[in-house]
Amino acid sequence: MSGQKSYFRRLSGYYAWFCVCFAGFLLALTVLENEGMPRLWIGHLFMFATIVLYATIGVVSRTSNVTEYYVAGRRVPALFNGMATAADWISAASFISLAGGLYLSGFDALAYIMGWTGGYCLVALLIAPYLRKFAQYTIPDYLAVRYGGGAGGRGGPVRALAVGATIIVSFVYVVAQIYAVGLIASRFTGVDFSVGIFLGLASILVCSFLGGMRGITWTQVAQYIIILVAFLIPTMWLSVKHADNPLPQVAYGSVLPKLAKREAQLAADPREHEVRARFRAQAEAYGKRLAGLPASWEQGKLEAQRRLDTARLRNVSLADVRSAERALAAYPKTADDAETLWRDQRSRLLARAQPPQPHAAPFPGATEAESNARRNNFMALVFCLMFGTAALPHILMRSYTTPSVHETRVSVFWTLFFILLIYLSIPALAVLAKYDIYTSLVGSHFSSLPTWISYWANIDKVNPLIQVIDINGDGLVQLAEIAIDGDVLVLATPEIGGLPYVISGLVAAGGLAAALSTADGLLLAISNALSHDIYYKLVDPGASTQKRVTISKLLLLAVAFIAAYAASQKPADILSLVGAAFSLAASTLFPALVLGVFWKRANHAGAIAGMAVGFLVCLYYMIRVHPMLGGRMDAAWFDIAPMSAGIFGVPAGLLAIVAASLLTAPPARGSDGLVDYIRAPE
Amino acid sequence: MIAARARHWRQTRRLTVVLMALWLATGFCTVYFARELANITVFGWPLSFYMAAQGAALVCLAIIGVYAWRMRQFDRLYRHALESGA
Repeated sequence: MSGQKSYFRRLSGYYAWFCVCFAGFLLALTVLENEGMPRLWIGHLFMFATIVLYATIGVVSRTSNVTEYYVAGRRVPALFNGMATAADWISAASFISLAGGLYLSGFDALAYIMGWTGGYCLVALLIAPYLRKFAQYTIPDYLAVRYGGGAGGRGGPVRALAVGATIIVSFVYVVAQIYAVGLIASRFTGVDFSVGIFLGLASILVCSFLGGMRGITWTQVAQYIIILVAFLIPTMWLSVKHADNPLPQVAYGSVLPKLAKREAQLAADPREHEVRARFRAQAEAYGKRLAGLPASWEQGKLEAQRRLDTARLRNVSLADVRSAERALAAYPKTADDAETLWRDQRSRLLARAQPPQPHAAPFPGATEAESNARRNNFMALVFCLMFGTAALPHILMRSYTTPSVHETRVSVFWTLFFILLIYLSIPALAVLAKYDIYTSLVGSHFSSLPTWISYWANIDKVNPLIQVIDINGDGLVQLAEIAIDGDVLVLATPEIGGLPYVISGLVAAGGLAAALSTADGLLLAISNALSHDIYYKLVDPGASTQKRVTISKLLLLAVAFIAAYAASQKPADILSLVGAAFSLAASTLFPALVLGVFWKRANHAGAIAGMAVGFLVCLYYMIRVHPMLGGRMDAAWFDIAPMSAGIFGVPAGLLAIVAASLLTAPPARGSDGLVDYIRAPE
Repeated sequence: MIAARARHWRQTRRLTVVLMALWLATGFCTVYFARELANITVFGWPLSFYMAAQGAALVCLAIIGVYAWRMRQFDRLYRHALESGA
């Protein structure tokens, strides 16, 4: 016990030093910026310094001991385990996109806040303490031992299914994280997207390759501190600016009514009406062209050609000829292409023709049925995110790393505590930034636009992150004239609030830390499942510990490169499926995990049936409804979006386990003893 | 020892059920009655917005805290029972 205490004190000392050095680093950069250091250098310094930091922690905590490599020696104190899990959990999506999502869709996006925090109740009460009592290495480990069956009763089939689910879920997720790493690195340091990916990969690899779970735990604690500071500084600044209160979580309550008033004002403003009417007219023009297909496609093509010819003949400026050439080159190649493109553009224009929705109003809808459908979708999404959280292997894996069952329970408490430090300020940031933009940007003159708009508009020329165009030509910015991508909000907050560029660099470093820490945990979850569960347990049970760790490291390397390659292809379809990973995890793993502890009668056949049925039902619904997988939204059950397929998958999985277990023989006596052991206190 | 173990598991199960019911009620009521709750304002926030943005998450944190605290008490009781029994 005293050993644990002195260990805790030593760790606290290290991280206190880290905080002091980090503050010093920030101060030094602020001074340097005042002395005139160029922006690009600040971006480079942040990226370089943080990556070196993570790599150093990785080198210091290198290990080749099995227990250290897989579960950090089971001696991470609850507080630090909580911090590391929080960093594991806060992905690029929650750091960068969530506030933007709230900005754009108001109440609807709160489903993510509710789902991603509420899931920890399930983790704490139903799963984590029991996994810790079981005290093995991976999630498939637990399922295989609990359910047995297969050759020699070692649970081979259950293990293989669980490994499959782990890999599918984690791989989709890790590709998205690495993609975000590339995006942030390329935006802030000007390096190429793929170079950014491989820079990030290098830091991930040094720490997880050398130190395994031990290395990533201590790196993640440092990453959490950076994430927290990076998120809170700009939010607190905005909060002081608009509410005279440095606590954004409390202060934005007073901004919300002001925002509602401003929204009502803008919804009724005649100039806004004018801009929206123009968008509606443009959308109707597209509607006419869609109705006239394929003749309208032919005609449009001829027109584009004619415009280019006349431009050439009339000897107008080179820029005009170029723009006519570009218009012809971008013209859809076939009538079918034209249909998808125009349909897309029409719906985008129609969306922009809508008046702004009140930020805090739940489920606005023209009719009762529409509003109810939104409510049901909200509930389904919350359900899937909660149960998915409780079934994500890289989070559950963390319950193995604490010294005792009690510490695991406390560690989940700290996890949620540290997550909430960030999550409670995300809605605040969205409201504060929205109020800032609605009051200071809307209504200002086009001649005096703030510099951050042109900066962010020029970063990605094909799909501009922010676009402000004077549609009605009155020289003033209307709300309807602003098109903003959700992802830009957090990254641009320091500039929106008028903070020095150092803080922008810090926010980028925070986003990078969020993506890297999650990628670390996911890669380890995948490679552990492959090396421990497939190689050691199924292929070569006689392997020496040295060999197991070496194989694990090699597999980690391989998986990391495959994931980086996949991310460098910019796979739009994978990215849109990340939300679906939660549904898949929930439907496949959650029923087997929970019934394994709480229902002794659940047996081998039940577990296999449950995992297979849960997975298949979830997959079937997605293929049936998701447009990208060839489905149609008309085929939806109760109007539920494909991303929330877990709302059908989880009950189906639970029912399948119960039915198949009751139809087959009860589990062997050994499993009864195991369940009693897991339930018993230490 | 068997009796102490059985009692510990009974207590654990009851605590789990009570806390899960609380968790379910918070989450479900927040969403299902959101439109009705939006008319009640607390310190500037419409109640449904506050619950979805912060309230439900804080209730969860409290649930996990209570669980860890009560379970430690149950564990202690179990250890006492073992010591006095042995």
